[in-house]
Amino acid sequence: MFEPMNFVENLRYMGLGMLGIFIVIGVIALLTVILNAATAEKKDEEHND
Amino acid sequence: MEVLYQNLLNLDWKMVVMWAIGGLLIYLAVKKDMEPTLLLPMGFGAILVNLPLSGAITQGGADAEEGALSILYNAGIANELFPLILFIGIGAMIDFGPLLSNPLLMLFGAAAQFGIFFTLCTASMFFDIKDAASIAIIGAADGPTSIVVGQKLHSSYIGAIMVAAYSYMALVPIIQPPIIRMLTSKKERMIRMEYTQKPVSKTTRILFPICITIIAGLIAPASVSLVGFLMFGNLIRECGVLDSLSETAQKVLANLVTIFLGITIACQMQAEKFLQVNTLLILGLGLVAFIFDTAGGVIFAKILNLFLKKKINPMIGAAGISAFPMSGRVVHKMALKEDPTNFLLMQATGVNVSGQIASVIAGGLILNFFL
Repeated sequence: MFEPMNFVENLRYMGLGMLGIFIVIGVIALLTVILNAATAEKKDEEHND
Repeated sequence: MEVLYQNLLNLDWKMVVMWAIGGLLIYLAVKKDMEPTLLLPMGFGAILVNLPLSGAITQGGADAEEGALSILYNAGIANELFPLILFIGIGAMIDFGPLLSNPLLMLFGAAAQFGIFFTLCTASMFFDIKDAASIAIIGAADGPTSIVVGQKLHSSYIGAIMVAAYSYMALVPIIQPPIIRMLTSKKERMIRMEYTQKPVSKTTRILFPICITIIAGLIAPASVSLVGFLMFGNLIRECGVLDSLSETAQKVLANLVTIFLGITIACQMQAEKFLQVNTLLILGLGLVAFIFDTAGGVIFAKILNLFLKKKINPMIGAAGISAFPMSGRVVHKMALKEDPTNFLLMQATGVNVSGQIASVIAGGLILNFFL
């Protein structure tokens, strides 16, 4: 079969897929920033020790 | 005497063509060192299953004697067990450190999945949507994900998809450089990127795989086993109290599964299933997926550069495909070729690792759409 119109019809999956993946990865990146900030070792305390 | 040559009469020219294909895979593995751990067993398996009346696979009706490879296929690939177990090993091998110290690199991993969705649209012109989705996932540059998605969507072309996925992974050093050169100027390829290794706490390293599993499970439940097994392997590595298990997962477990995975995949390389025009089409579409993945990552970096003061070397975008660690190394080598003092290995590795996560999530999204 060769149905060129299927390309256009399925473009919505491309849009949804790329949007979905950026949202998920964005959430993961944000979470990583928060984790890094929350668990960073405090240098001042180390110096005090 | 007749017993000695009787089976020769069952030989078909298509079987001989498959022997040649098997021989080619073995040649690429041995002589060109291309993914030898998989291409060699696949090549040998292709010959094994294409012998006339081969006892290695189940032939004939319901009463037929089961072949060893068919048993392995049903036990390990048809139910996606082998690729998932392999993911434990892969997870244990991956150091997320470069990514955790620079989380923004993750965005490149997302951009470099563009080829999957572009190929989905392209393949849908030739195949029904579930087969098109299974073919598109070749662009994940990730064998286990391709197998799981193809199996869950019941694709009829699983053999060709697996061969394409693993072959193109091996061909990353050949496929990517011309695309990167075509999309970037020499000046862009010479952009230097400072790398400062920010310390990542052990707590972050332990919480990261757990959090990713929860997020991926909530958003794309169909792929939670993929992400979960990958992250479980990583948790074993990072927890610090299971060094022996981590080592076993990285070496013994991964090697054992790889041996069986490669030769069992060959079950799907029987001449009558494999030698079709559609197989060539699938190989072509797999190439399209890899090209557009690479282009997606590079172009995304170029777009970011329009807004950034500190420019990014757009080549690192190409490392967002999950072929790990080849893709990161390709970018690093290309940067060194342009300027022998420009080291991009850490940044490219970080992006490459993010591609591993992003490709699994892309697989999950595909399953969400079509399962």
